[in-house]
Amino acid sequence: MDAGRYIPVLILAAAVAAVQLFTLATGSEYYLTQLTMSAYYALVIIGLCTLMGYAGQISLGHAGFFAIGGYTVSVMTTYDFSGFSGSAVMGLLGTLGLASASGGELHLSPWVSLAAALVITVAVAFIIGIPILKLKGHYLAMASLGFGLIIYRIVLGTRIFGEADGISDVPGFAIAGGLRVSGSPELRIQNYYIAWTLVIIGTVMLINLVKSRAGRALRSIHGSEEAAMAMGVNASRYKLYVFVISAVFASLAGAFMAHLNGGIGPSEADVMKSVKYVAIVAAGGMANLWGALTMGVLLNYISLRGYLGSYDDAFFGAILIAIMLFAPEGLINPAVMKTAAVRARSLIDSIKKKTGRGGHAS
Amino acid sequence: MLLEVKNVSRAFGGLRAVDDVSFSVPKNSIKAIIGPNGAGKTTLFNLISGSLRPDSGRVFFNGRQIQGRPPHTIAARGVSRTFQNIKLFHNMTVLENVMVGRHTRSRSGFMAGIFNLPSCWREEREIENRSRGILDMLGVSGLAGMNAGNIAFGSQRIVEFARALALEPELLLLDEPAAGLNMHETAEIAEIIRKIREMGVTILIIEHDMSLIMDISDDIVVLSSGKMIAEGRPSDIQKNPEVIRIYLGEEDAQDQEP
Ligand SMILES: Nc1ncnc2c1ncn2[C@@H]1O[C@H](COP(=O)(O)OP(=O)(O)O)[C@@H](O)[C@H]1O
Ligand SMILES: [Mg+2]
Repeated sequence: MDAGRYIPVLILAAAVAAVQLFTLATGSEYYLTQLTMSAYYALVIIGLCTLMGYAGQISLGHAGFFAIGGYTVSVMTTYDFSGFSGSAVMGLLGTLGLASASGGELHLSPWVSLAAALVITVAVAFIIGIPILKLKGHYLAMASLGFGLIIYRIVLGTRIFGEADGISDVPGFAIAGGLRVSGSPELRIQNYYIAWTLVIIGTVMLINLVKSRAGRALRSIHGSEEAAMAMGVNASRYKLYVFVISAVFASLAGAFMAHLNGGIGPSEADVMKSVKYVAIVAAGGMANLWGALTMGVLLNYISLRGYLGSYDDAFFGAILIAIMLFAPEGLINPAVMKTAAVRARSLIDSIKKKTGRGGHAS
Repeated sequence: MLLEVKNVSRAFGGLRAVDDVSFSVPKNSIKAIIGPNGAGKTTLFNLISGSLRPDSGRVFFNGRQIQGRPPHTIAARGVSRTFQNIKLFHNMTVLENVMVGRHTRSRSGFMAGIFNLPSCWREEREIENRSRGILDMLGVSGLAGMNAGNIAFGSQRIVEFARALALEPELLLLDEPAAGLNMHETAEIAEIIRKIREMGVTILIIEHDMSLIMDISDDIVVLSSGKMIAEGRPSDIQKNPEVIRIYLGEEDAQDQEP
C-alpha cells in the first residue's frame, strides 16, 4: 500500500488543531461555530466531488439528501411517540435505552433516528438512482434537479416537517462519553473536533476509494462509458453505488447539522443549495478531493459568515459562470490556475481595448 | 469454434446496417472483415461485444449464447476490443488505462476499496505489475505515467491494444487498428498483431489496409451494405469478381467526383 496518500490527511489534522489553538489564543472562538458548520457542508462536497469529478455523474439534487438526513433525525427525535408506548417495538427500544420518556413525552434516541435516516437515504438513493443514472449529461442534471424539487416541496408543504418553519427543538446527540453534538456555546470546541473528525474519516475513505480498483472503474466511466463497459466494468452498478455513497455523505451531514443547530428548515432543501454544492465542487477542480474540500470549507465559511449578504446566491452563480468560462478544470490545480490567469488577462486586455476605443466615442 | 455468428441482423430505423450475417471464427485464427465504409463492420463488432443488441440472430462464444447480454459480462467471458475512433480514458494515465483492462481479472469491491483492506494491496500490486509488463511487451513502458490524452496518435493505438490485452482475452476485436497510421506505424501494428496471435489469442480484425489484411489474416469476410457477399481465404477473395466490382466500383465513383 502507499502510505503517501495519507500525508495530506495528517497536514489537514494538524491544520484543524492549529486553527482551534489560534482561536483559543486570540479569544475568537466564536469562529469555530461557522467552521464546524463548514465542515459538515464539506462532507456533502467531498461526496458530491467523488460522484461528479471522478465518476462524471452530475447531481443537482444533493440538498435533497442533506434534507432527508436532517429532517429524518429532526422528526424522529422531536416527535412524541407516547401514543405508541404500548407497542412491542417501542417497548424493545425502551429496554435497549433507545427511547426515553421525559415530561410525559416519549422520544426516540438520536442513534435510532440516525440509523433510520441512513436507511431511508440509501433506499431513496437506490430508488431514484436506478432510473435517473441511465440518463447522461444535461438529462441527468434535469432529472436530479427534479428530485431536489420534489424533496423541497415535500418538506415545505408537509405538516410533520414543519412547513415553512421547519423543525426546531431538536435535542443534542450524545455520542459517547461526554461527547455531544449540540449548539450550546460551552460545547463549541468539542463540536468543532467532532465535525472535523467526520470530515477526516470521510476524506480518508474517499481517497481510498478513488485510488482503488473500484475508483479506477469509476474514473474510466467518466473517461468513456462505452470503453469502460467493453473492459468489463458494470457501469450502471458502479454509478449507482457511488451515487448512494455520495447521498449517504450528504445525509450524514444533514443529520449532524440538525443536532448542531437544534433544527432544520426548508432552505436546506432548496435547489439553490444543490447548485451551490455543484459550484463548489467545480471550483475545487472536479476530480480533486482536496480541492473540493478546500473550496468546501472556504466558500461555505465565507457564506456562513454572511460576508456576501443578500448576494450569496448570486455569488455562487457567478462562481459557476466564471469557473466554466475560465477554468473548467477548477481552481485548485497549478496548471489550471496559470491558464485561467492567462485567459482572464487576455479577456481584460480585450475589454480594455474595446472600452478604450468606445471611451473616445462617448 | 470460438465464435459463431448466426443470421445476425440489426437495423437503425429503416437502414439495415447488418443484414443476416453468419460466419464463424476458429480458435487461434485471424479473421478479417472488410468492406466499404458504412458496410456495417463496426455495427457487427458492437453486436458481438454487446454494445448493441441484435434484432435477430444469435452469437455463440465458446458454445454459449452471448447475444443481447450487457458488454461487461461479455468482456468477463474473454472478449476484448479496440475502437475505430480510439476510446482511451483521457482523465487517466497510460498505466491506469491498462490497469482498467485488468478489471475482469481482479475482484476487490467498493467496501474493500473504501477501507483500503490488506486484501487490496496484493491485488493492486499484481494489477500494476501485469499492466507494466504489457506496456513493456508492446514497447511503450516509457509512456506509463503520461496522461493518455497527451500522447501521440500512434501511441494511443498501441496503448489501446495494451488495455485490450490486459483483459487476457480469448477473442480480440480490432476495429481498423491501422487507420490514420503511417507505413512505419502500420508495420509496427502488424508485428504486434502477430505477437498477440502467438500468445494464443484469436483475432477478428476490421481493416482497410489491404496489404496488412492479406499479410496477416487466415480468412476474410466481405460485407457490403450490411450483407455478407463473400467469405474465403485471402487469395480467393482477391480474385472474387463481386469483391473486385465493389472495390473497383468504389474507386470508379471516387474517380468520377469532380
Ligand atoms: N448507432 C447508430 N445509429 C444509427 N445509425 C447507425 C449507428 N451506428 C451505425 N449506423 C449506420 O449503420 C451503417 C453502418 O455503419 P458502421 O457499422 O459504422 O459501418 P462501417 O464500420 O462498416 O464503416 C452506417 O450507415 C451508419 O451510419
Ligand atoms: Mg467502422
